Order: sequence, then structure tokens, then C-alpha cells
Amino acid sequence: MKQMHLAAHFPGVNSTTVWADPRSRSQIDFTSFEHLARTAERGKFDFFFLAEGLRLREHNGRIHDLDVVGRPESLTVLNALAAVTERLGLAATVNATFNEPYELARRLATLDHLSEGRAAWNVVTSSDAFTGENFRRGGYLDRADRYTRAAEFVSTARELWDSWTPDGTSRPFAHSGQHFEISGEFTVPRSPQGHPVVIQAGDSDEGREFAASTADVIFTRHGTLEAGRTFYADVKARLKKYGRQPGDLKIMPGVTVVLGGTDEEAQQNAAGIRRQQVSPQNAILALEQVWGRDLSSYDPDGPLPSVDPDPGSSLVQGRVRVADPLAVAARWRELSEAKGLSIRQTVIESTARQSFIGAPETVAAELEKFVAEDAADGFILVPHLTPGGLDDFVDRVVPLLQERGSFRSEYTGSTLRSHLGLTEPVWKG
Amino acid sequence: MSATRPLHLAAEIGGPPRYDARSHIALARLAEGGALDFVTLNDSFARPGPDALAVLAHVAPATTRIGLVPTVTTTHTEPFHVSSAVATLDWVSKGRAGWQADVSTTEAEARLFGRRPAAPASTLWQEAGEAADAGARLWDSWEDGAEIRDVATGRFIDRDKLHYVDFEGSTFSVRGPAIVPRPPQGRPVTVIDATSGPAREAAARHADVAYVRATSPEQAAALRDELRRSAAAHGRDPDSLRVLAALTVDLGDAETTPEPGLGSGPQLAGRGTYFRGGPVDLAEVITQWHRGGAVDGFHLTPITPERDLERIVNGTVALLQHRSLFRTFHPGGTLREHLGLGRPANRYTLTSTSGATS
Ligand SMILES: Cc1cc2nc3c(=O)[nH]c(=O)nc-3n(C[C@H](O)[C@H](O)[C@H](O)COP(=O)(O)O)c2cc1C
Repeated sequence: MKQMHLAAHFPGVNSTTVWADPRSRSQIDFTSFEHLARTAERGKFDFFFLAEGLRLREHNGRIHDLDVVGRPESLTVLNALAAVTERLGLAATVNATFNEPYELARRLATLDHLSEGRAAWNVVTSSDAFTGENFRRGGYLDRADRYTRAAEFVSTARELWDSWTPDGTSRPFAHSGQHFEISGEFTVPRSPQGHPVVIQAGDSDEGREFAASTADVIFTRHGTLEAGRTFYADVKARLKKYGRQPGDLKIMPGVTVVLGGTDEEAQQNAAGIRRQQVSPQNAILALEQVWGRDLSSYDPDGPLPSVDPDPGSSLVQGRVRVADPLAVAARWRELSEAKGLSIRQTVIESTARQSFIGAPETVAAELEKFVAEDAADGFILVPHLTPGGLDDFVDRVVPLLQERGSFRSEYTGSTLRSHLGLTEPVWKG
Repeated sequence: MSATRPLHLAAEIGGPPRYDARSHIALARLAEGGALDFVTLNDSFARPGPDALAVLAHVAPATTRIGLVPTVTTTHTEPFHVSSAVATLDWVSKGRAGWQADVSTTEAEARLFGRRPAAPASTLWQEAGEAADAGARLWDSWEDGAEIRDVATGRFIDRDKLHYVDFEGSTFSVRGPAIVPRPPQGRPVTVIDATSGPAREAAARHADVAYVRATSPEQAAALRDELRRSAAAHGRDPDSLRVLAALTVDLGDAETTPEPGLGSGPQLAGRGTYFRGGPVDLAEVITQWHRGGAVDGFHLTPITPERDLERIVNGTVALLQHRSLFRTFHPGGTLREHLGLGRPANRYTLTSTSGATS
């Protein structure tokens, strides 16, 4: 049977985390990170994944206060986790727009050394000028420039990692390109993986092209079987023109899993989680994010507003804007009218992300189906709870996958590249 | 009076470049066993070696009490990233983080980044001071207790307890607030080597710990007095600054090393920072300087960490403990507690309780 890859996301800054649950603990204490990482390693996961956001989100000109907010800096947390884990890959999301290649290449190579070959970098850009106000660079770059900078950033980092020969001799480097003009000597020898694993998350055409040319893993939101298959076929087809094989890029959607003793019980658990995620206040907030208007006077248990969205609104800062608010609003109205749903019910129904919901056997079979039918090479699990959100999956689903032969029972290698079945990059001296 | 002032001791654990952290962990544990206040790990973008803050983050879960102080440079880095990383070191170590702010003056370092040419030390120290200031404001930008988890209103945080810092420096600006909640120590400890003139001003304004270099207790006392006066002139309480004498130490292989002209005493030489002698001789120097009230303590850089740190801890420190000049265990948990420095009040909380607008 085709083997799947599994990774875990730390439930960070978002509205998926059910922080009001009595089992929810600190989002920032190291003990929470340690618990989740150790659980992922106990489950023989490929890697543990941290997201990043470089500015607190705003809503209607004020700091957003309903979601979980506040998180430590990824690479520093992962360097600490490297001391309490042995095999688990450690993936940091780090922005390519607001960093410089020399410094970041050095930090990533350091993590690869300290973890003995378990480092990964999720390369994100940034979608707005808002984040830039915290940085010397200021402002932002257009989407096209963000991706040319990101691509040159990654290739420059690889030049630095290659500036040491595999037998440990340092040689000077010089890079001259559109975005960077740098030279000197890199201070960290070639790391255990040669190059840390590169992950890409971003869905535009430019983003997919960048992933096809450069990344080892792609983190996607396409979590339904159909959308997954379309995305998978599209991205894998792009590899050939870069001289790459389909196996060189692993496609891993971010998914949620809700378990129960039976399928029905799991459905009930999922509905309970949805109600916690979409509180009355969060329902109005979700509506305002589509409408781009202050709708605080609306009753979450009442009908949708009759006014149209404001497409040019700057109400929401720091999160990706709803692509076509008029179309989304039309869909929501249709759904609400057809089923007689309130604002909150409409939001609950229409913002549900694809989840695997069911008894452990059901979920295991579904996961295998996605992999067998080329909708994914594996999954990045996004738990609802910190820090216990992975316990059930590791205790109840992983053993089934292992019995069925679709997931490893033991790590066979020690580096993240070996978990992912990726070869070490050829040294380009 | 000065004889009763607690003695503070710190040691550098960087030696020849090492890329796994085994020796760093072993050395930090050794220093922890000797109840030292903190260990440091020197760094710059141009010297062989891994990222120091990363290494000490890795050391954090392998130790429990010792303070962890990496060198972090401010010239080619982003002040916002620096403040986040240092705050995170404080979170992962449960309140044991500091940072030694430094600058990058060379053309070679500038070329690694290609953003701007090298600049004079005075300009860069002005900027380093601003980075320290912006960092402190970012650490304060979340008031304690900003995370409220108020189920009734659905609010995870009280946004009135989060603050834009709106920092305008000469080379950068930061809007804030921080993305990392206020770290356990309120503000991690800021260390500055005040040996050079341009750095001294930044130390007087922003440092919790400053290093000085001297060959005699009189000279050290004069430098300490100058720093304290300067701190006071900037509106600080001089007792919130710890002044440590920085010594590079070579403990050789004897208990004491007889030196011509110095009897059986230790030898202080070189550029005023180099100590050569045995562990007992070093204890003598520390005792004399401390008794005279010349400094608050010492930052020791062993020339061969594996050999010399063991001698410092099991020889010098053991003797100082025997003489009741140095503690035998860490009574507190955080680096600020080791140093006898209070947890700083949050400037934004102060503003709002005094009724001023924020
Ligand atoms: C699954 C997924 C996860 C992402 N995670 C992050 C993140 O943690 N931090 C971040 O700044 N951006 C994140 N992004 C944003 C992307 O990196 C990118 O900036 C954004 O999607 C816009 O690029 P695009 O137009 O190519 O989609 C994520 C995107 C996707 C699809």
C-alpha cells in the first residue's frame, strides 16, 4: 500500500483553536510545544510545523481580540524542541520578504546541525503592506516581486549552504542578482541534510510555479478529495519543466480530524467544536470579513444583512482578504434562504474546512483513500486543542494505519529528508 | 558596605567552533553546578560558528537554573525579529534569557548583507541603543494579564492591554505591538560590553549588566562609578545596573603560578583583561576586588573552556563558596533573580494607572 506522510501543526494564531475548552492550556509556554512535539514523535510523524505572523491582525482598525493571538518565534522554539526530540522533523515558517538570505541561511543551517538533520523552512511571502510597518524594509512587494524575491532568496540560501564542500572546506561565495548582491564566507559547514527541507504554502499561479521549481513539500488548504486531486495533478504536472520527478515534491494538505467511538458520536463532537469555533461574536466577525463593513449591530441569531459587501474595504488587516466578497455573499444568502439559517448557522455551515470525522477505522480508511487516489501524499494535522489535540489521533488512528501498512511503525532514517523519501541534494560547488 | 554586596559570576562557553551542542550543554551544566549567574556565547556574522541564540535555546531544556546570554548583533538585523527571538529564548528557558547587544563594524560583514556599507562604531552604537530601546518597548507592549480568555464575551485577549510602540529610530521604525506576549522576566536581561567609548553610552542608558576592563581594583571602581553616574544622568537608578569586570583567564595547570615580580600572586596583564594563574590565584583577585567594592562581579572568558571552566567551578568558585563570598545554589529561578534585579514594571501599565492617555 502507498505510504503516507504525517505532520502536525501547532494550533497557533487562528480561530480553529478552541481555547475556551477547559482542556485548553497555554499557547505559549514551552511545555505545550514539548507535549505536542513528543506526541508527534511518539506517533512517528515526519515533522512538527510552526506557522508565523509578523504583525497582530486588526479588525475595523483595532487589534483583533477573538482568536488565539500571541506566539513565540519559530526557529527559537524549534531549536529548543530539538533538545527534547530525536527523530521528528522541525519545520519553521519564516517570511522571505522581511528577512535576509545570509542571516536566515545561517539560522536554518544551525537548526539542521543542532537537530542532526531535521530542519525545514516553510517559505512564505506576505500578502500586504501592513506587516511591513514593523521592518526596516517597510512597505511590501507586489505579488510578482514577492515571488521573484522568494525564489532568489531560496537559491541564494542554497548557494551559501553549498559554499562548504561536503568534506568540510569553506569557500568564498558571491551572489549577484535582482534582489541580492552579497559576498563573503558562510560560517556554518554543510549541514547533515545538505540543505534543510523547503516547504511552500501559497496558492496563486506564481505560488504553485515557485513550489514546482523549488520546494520539497507543499502545504495546501485543498482538503476535499476532488479539490485535492485537481490540485495534485496540476502541481505535479508543473514539475517536468524543471527537470523534476513527481516524487520530488510532496503534497500535504492541512486537515482537521475529529474522532468518536462511532461515526455518529464523531459527528456530534465535530458539531460541538464548530459551535465553539463560531461563537456569536465570531459569527459577526466572519460576516464582517466578507462584507467589509461594521455589522456589530446585527443579531447573530437573525437573518443575513440585505446590504451588499464593500469590495474595496480595508476593514480587515493582516489576514488574506476574501477573494470575491460579492460572490461569497451571494452563496451565503442562497444557503441561508434555502435552509432557513441564521447568521451564525450560515457561518458554521459555510466556513467548515474539510475534516476527517468519524470512528478511528473510518478516518484511517479515508486518509488512505486520499493517498491512494492521488489527492495527497500525506497530511498536516491541525489540532483544535493545545496541547492535547494530537493525543487521540496518535493513540487511536496511527496504530490502525500501522497495522494496515500505510504508515511507518518505526523511523527508518534519522533525517527529515529520509522520512520524506527525499534524496540529499547534489552538491553544486 | 560594599563587602556585603552579593558577588555575581558569569562565564563564556564559546571556544573553537562547534556545530553540535554537546559541549555547550556540558559547559552550561558545569556552570549551573557552580551556581554561576549566567553563561554567554559570543557570536558575529563573520566568525565561524553557529547562531549563538539558537545554540542557547537548545541548551535551555537541558538546564534548569543558569542564565543564558547569547551575543546578538543589531547592525544588519531587524530589531523586531531580534526582540521576538530574545523574548522567545526567555519563554523556552522559563525566564533565564538575556542578550549581549553588539554591532558589526566591518566591510566584510556589510557585504554579507549588501544592504548598506560599513559605518563608524559611534553611529552603530547609537543604533544599537535604539534597537535595545525598541526591544524593551516591544517586550512591554503586552501588559501582564493581557490574555484574558473571557468566554462570556468571546475575547481571548484584552486589546486595551496591548500597545503600539510607534518607535521612530534614526535608521528604522517599528509599529508594534509585539507578536510574542510579554516574556516571563518582563524584559530579558540586556548586557553591553562597555569597554569602548561608543558602547559605554549605550550601556549607561540601556544595559542591566555592563562589562568593564581594568588591571587594578581602583581602575575598575572608577569605571563603575562613571557608568553609574552616567546611568543616573539618564534618569536611571544606578543600582539597577550591574558592572562586571571582564577577564580572559588562563588557569594553566597549577594551583598557583609563581610569577617573577609578583611573588606567588596572579598575573594581570595584556590589554588589561588577561589573567594568568591558578584557580586559587583567581579566587584571590576576585576576593580582593569584591571586598574593595570595585565591581559587582566578574565575567570570565576561559581561553580553553573545557579545561578552564572546570577549574573555575571546582577550584575558584568552590573556594569563594567556602569563604562565603559566593552562593552555593540559585535561590531564585530567573536570571533577574540571580542578578538581584527586579522584574521591570511595564511602562504602559504605569501610564494608564497614572491617568495619562496611552
Ligand atoms: C496552507 C497555507 C498556510 C500558510 N501559512 C502561512 C503562515 O504561517 N504565515 C504567513 O505569513 N503566511 C502563510 N500563508 C500565506 C502564503 O505564504 C502566501 O503569502 C499567501 O497565500 C499569498 O500568496 P498566494 O497569492 O500565492 O496564495 C499560508 C498559505 C497557505 C495556503
